[in-house]
Amino acid sequence: MNALIAGVHEFPERKTARSALEIQALSARAALTDAGLTPRDVDGYFTVAGSGGTGPLPIVDYLNLTPRYVDGTSVGGASFVVHAHHAAAAISQGRCRVALITYGSTARSAGVPVGTRERIAGDYLDQFEGIYGTSTVGLYALVAQRHVHEYGTTGAQLAHIAVACRRHAGLNPAALYRDPITVEDVLRSPMISSPLHLLDCCVITDGGGAAVIVHPDMARDLPKPGVRILGAAEAVAHTAAGRRDYLVSAAAQSGPRALAEAGVSHADLDMAMIYDSFTITVLVTLEDLGFCTKGEGGRFVEGGRLELGGDLPTNTDGGGLSSNHPGMRGIFLIIEAVRQLRGECGERQVEDCRLALVHGTGGALGSRHSGATLVLGRA
Amino acid sequence: MTVDYKKPLPEITAESRPFWDGCRRHEFLVQRCGECGALQHYPRGVCARCWGTNLEWQRSAGRGRVYTFTVTHRTQARGFKDETPYALAWVELEEGVQVLANVVGCDPARIAVGMPVRVIFEDVTPDVSLPRFEPA
Repeated sequence: MNALIAGVHEFPERKTARSALEIQALSARAALTDAGLTPRDVDGYFTVAGSGGTGPLPIVDYLNLTPRYVDGTSVGGASFVVHAHHAAAAISQGRCRVALITYGSTARSAGVPVGTRERIAGDYLDQFEGIYGTSTVGLYALVAQRHVHEYGTTGAQLAHIAVACRRHAGLNPAALYRDPITVEDVLRSPMISSPLHLLDCCVITDGGGAAVIVHPDMARDLPKPGVRILGAAEAVAHTAAGRRDYLVSAAAQSGPRALAEAGVSHADLDMAMIYDSFTITVLVTLEDLGFCTKGEGGRFVEGGRLELGGDLPTNTDGGGLSSNHPGMRGIFLIIEAVRQLRGECGERQVEDCRLALVHGTGGALGSRHSGATLVLGRA
Repeated sequence: MTVDYKKPLPEITAESRPFWDGCRRHEFLVQRCGECGALQHYPRGVCARCWGTNLEWQRSAGRGRVYTFTVTHRTQARGFKDETPYALAWVELEEGVQVLANVVGCDPARIAVGMPVRVIFEDVTPDVSLPRFEPA
């Protein structure tokens, strides 16, 4: 991998009257400004498939761009992390030089019950899975319950993840929920799908963002130090014809590949951005990435290890659990990691942040999902 | 017979018709590959192990154990909102394949990983019977 993240922008509102396309346009404009580039420089475009199923076409039209490389890979919330991998690969191959990744959603304004509606995708598999009151939170809860059974993981251990994110959200003026919470608050919040309580679940927001990835030979012209993509990998885990170990996520495949490519070990990492659709997502991902052994996740997340000042500050923006989750969150993982590596995070800045790990999970942990890992380094 | 079924119904296609016809007869069918012998669920047009196309239908004994479960207390899922709490589980059949379905016929608070269950069929429309599981 040899590419630089040159600009990022997180749309600041959590509820907005703007459209999803407008959110993307404003985010793209701000990210290009951050990178010191103009719309004319963009020759690669990456975003998820919208409802029309034509991927980047509506936004490329809206922005009046003429990219020579487009990618509409849609693998759930991890998609934008996958896009960063694909963009870096395309840049390495000379297929484009300035790749723009955007996302916009108005899930909150539209009242979309992202986590609790029935999970029906409109495909063949719905008839076997979607007809049983199967929600996204339910499918993640299935993994949590198995983890509880297999390893004695407790609700209090899962709650520590939500508490860490909320503490970080308190240091992020843009976060949706900023008042501190305790482990007891999480355990006393309403049960949604056992063993996951309301505060084990991510928020629903409007929002979006953008990232600009460029060829490394543009480094000296950038107004800010570029962030290097040192390693990138992606994977899929699924129902495996009815023979699946649901405690092992796609991160077990993508994590080691990305870390090996970067030549980085766990102890080298200064912070992590781990997709937190639910607390269990973080716990299983940390295990599969190798921060601890399988089954040790519950003990690993105790004692403030994921909080600023701990061994592995994680989701320093407040995460999907407390800051921003408009249905997909992958772009925000990249944006916050870049802000940390540039030292722009103010009160929530990780001291001397040189190396960050990003891991996105998309789809449902308890059926089929994507995983994508990036290792990012300060230039 | 519930004619007024409010929950999502399976959209049955030619590919899945034999499975759902089995359910109408209250038989849970799994597929066996005629080439490599692998069993699989959900049913599909190729063997998931060897991609062979010579697939046979085999009746499962319908017995298994709860591999994992969740009891849902709050949901927006169509038809389930007024029936909370309800249980969803990955059940591992004795034949070795996992099936996602509701566990019914007991207090959801009694459900545990490893609990023996057996398949039952609910005739939800004149044309559709849904497999679910209950304590064995």
